Amino acid sequence: MRFERRETRSPILLMGAPLIAVAVALAITGFLIALSGAPVLEAFQKILISAFGSRLAITETLTRATPLIFTGLAVAVAFRAQVWNIGAEGQLYLGALAVAAAGSGGAFGLPPLLLIPFLMVVGALAGMVLLVVPVTLRFRFGVDEVVTTLLLNFIVLLFVSLAIEGFMRDPLAFGWPQSVPVDGDARLPKLVPKSRLHLGLVIAIIAAIVVFLVNRYSVFGMQSRAAGLNAAAARFAGVPISWTLIKVACLSGGLAGLAGAVEVMGVKGHVSTALSPGFGYAGIVVAMLANLNPLGVVAAAIFVAAMFVGADGMSRSLEVPSFIADVTVSLALLTMLVALFLSTYRVVR
Amino acid sequence: MTAPAPILQLEGISKRFGPIVANEDVTVTLAEGEVLALLGENGAGKTTLMNILFGHYVPDTGRVVIEGRELPLGQTRAAIDAGVGMVHQHFTLAPNLTVLENVMTGTESLIRLASATRAARRKLGELAERFGLAVDPDARVSDLSVGEKQRVEILKALYNEARILILDEPTAVLTTQEAEHLFETLRGMAKDGLSIIFISHKLNEVLSAADRIVVLRGGRVTAERLSGATTKDELAELMVGRRVDRPVRGRVEPGKVIVEAEGIDVGTGGEKRLDQVSFTLRESEILGIIGVSGNGQAALAQLLSGLARPTAGRLTFDGRDASTLTARDLVRLGVARIPEDRNTEGAVGDFTLWQNTVLEKIDDPRFSRRGLVRRQAAREFCRDMIARFDVRGGGPETETRLLSGGNMQKLIFGRNLSDAPRLLIAAQPTRGLDEGAIAAVHAEILAARRGGAGVILISEDLDEVIALADRAQAIYRGRLSPSVDADHLDPRKMGLMMAGVWDDMADAV
Repeated sequence: MRFERRETRSPILLMGAPLIAVAVALAITGFLIALSGAPVLEAFQKILISAFGSRLAITETLTRATPLIFTGLAVAVAFRAQVWNIGAEGQLYLGALAVAAAGSGGAFGLPPLLLIPFLMVVGALAGMVLLVVPVTLRFRFGVDEVVTTLLLNFIVLLFVSLAIEGFMRDPLAFGWPQSVPVDGDARLPKLVPKSRLHLGLVIAIIAAIVVFLVNRYSVFGMQSRAAGLNAAAARFAGVPISWTLIKVACLSGGLAGLAGAVEVMGVKGHVSTALSPGFGYAGIVVAMLANLNPLGVVAAAIFVAAMFVGADGMSRSLEVPSFIADVTVSLALLTMLVALFLSTYRVVR
Repeated sequence: MTAPAPILQLEGISKRFGPIVANEDVTVTLAEGEVLALLGENGAGKTTLMNILFGHYVPDTGRVVIEGRELPLGQTRAAIDAGVGMVHQHFTLAPNLTVLENVMTGTESLIRLASATRAARRKLGELAERFGLAVDPDARVSDLSVGEKQRVEILKALYNEARILILDEPTAVLTTQEAEHLFETLRGMAKDGLSIIFISHKLNEVLSAADRIVVLRGGRVTAERLSGATTKDELAELMVGRRVDRPVRGRVEPGKVIVEAEGIDVGTGGEKRLDQVSFTLRESEILGIIGVSGNGQAALAQLLSGLARPTAGRLTFDGRDASTLTARDLVRLGVARIPEDRNTEGAVGDFTLWQNTVLEKIDDPRFSRRGLVRRQAAREFCRDMIARFDVRGGGPETETRLLSGGNMQKLIFGRNLSDAPRLLIAAQPTRGLDEGAIAAVHAEILAARRGGAGVILISEDLDEVIALADRAQAIYRGRLSPSVDADHLDPRKMGLMMAGVWDDMADAV
């Protein structure tokens, strides 16, 4: 058996790949649900209802999707230029911590209209710094950024623990390890009253559109894609590779930092080590499912969020642990990689 | 007259790769003691056919018969056991092992007794003497010259009791003298009873070295000729399928100096890639840099393309210091650059044609404004370029990797030459192209010269340099020979210079 590259990738195949991948992942999930002795169709029905069945369910799913859009975008812009940013989780936490530090205790006396944009910039900057360092190490010394960004996740998480149990600890939190809360003025307005859904969703969607336009129409978008597809040709054509990669790192790290910022400002109000149930890692799945397309990231993030929210609800009424959502999402990454491969190559004898 | 019994028959071989027909109903026979040339352009299916014979590929139809016995298909081992030996174009030797170790690898078990090594050494010595393939059995392969490595490859095949020897483009990496020596050896081996097939697209060498010539075109056998009963012109036409005349140089008076290099080094110490290189180039002049591949051509091309910096010496462009200019600066100053490897450096395969056309000029206000790409203008520029340079196989929105090698090269020439360059750096511009495309590329190079550009033509093809260059310098181990004028360019002398022999000629030039 051999694989041959397809001459042209049909757009139908390319559009269909994520759908097929998700369908296969769900089918395998169904098999696992059956193994645990629960009725499969009912389980899927429960997942669907818990994720989209009511106004509250929908707002919960979208709330969950918001940070995933940011981390998905972060991964998508990086992977497109072959900057393997596995560190969105760490960038998210550092962004969150920076926002908590800058947005609490008076917050420089800024009015809310300025405070919110200011804090978002702070969060984005923190994420940027955390990615620019490993990317610089890569083109200066050839240090593999997969390793550095991945390991930085753990370092950042430990640093967050240190901060929230130490110098940033909230004295009013009854001993819970969490940071001082951001001021009320720094909280993002709600989109739907009596829900958790906040303005962050709109900002995330705007970010997706902006990234889409930048990729498609800007010189930077063209140069970063050239650097990713064929660095030798890009260098030959005079694309300033290092500078382009730095810019990619700023964009990617900034988006991941924003994920942390909106989670703090929109949902939690403070930082704890439970701020992100792996949004950074799930961002990789989201980006791959979207085939690195920024607009596709929005849809993929909603799917992944729905799986998590839905599986939570389902596990409450059926004897299936909610970890099934992790399984589905992880499977979707694997099936998507296979689907992408098969949409690029055909199998010949 | 009945021909001697064939030792090898390839019968009705067909092989497709997807929509591409590599071989169609190919039948070739080889007699004992015969030297057969497989002549064809790149992509004619020569290498595929030999890979089928050697068991690398399984044909869709057809069979391989050696001495009356059908060979099981797709098994390299079976081919070797049947006495087939293959010398690949890219050598398959382990550079960190000695000649003897390389020859023994693959046939002898890994754990061997000293007596086995002694026997192997004796056998290798006998073979080397019998066929005139002198090489030190204890030399490390990495220390050998290309010609010696090839000898080791041949010895390895002979050591494995090969009676049918296949050589894939054996002269591609050799100097004129080395090639002549190789063919002498091959003829000697044929007299000794070995049967030889060699693959080539060079007309001179198939005529002088082979007994019989099989011409392949588009995967089919188009003709078969005895080498005594054909001519170069006939073979050229059979190979290409039509008459192709390469353009002729003509005379243009050179203008003022564009580039001046004096005592340039690239790299230092043991990793010196260019060593005290000096040359000058004027307007409307083509300077040929001829040499066997791997002698510093890549470093020279990188230096002149803004990808490598000199570590010593002086480089000027139009009288100004050019040693720190980047690729982008050079493009802006009107330097057109044709990279050696068009697939990895010349174009981004997954980009569309228009993207590849403007990528290196994206800063130009014609193609971007305030950080945004002017897509419409870029597409139009690309469409014009496609028409002007006769790029076939797609429009501005086609993915570049779908173009054939020749058309991709036309694209790269087109994007460089549509803005009347001042200097053209062409590194191996016709490597891997068919005759038609070669003629087109040569015409473009000459047109650029007529337009007043200075051209530096880096090539391994002596015929190409003789045909195009006003002056030539040989490159050997990172050093450049003195310049030789076109009137004094003869293959014999250039062959010596390519092997680094030029000190006694400095006065003659």
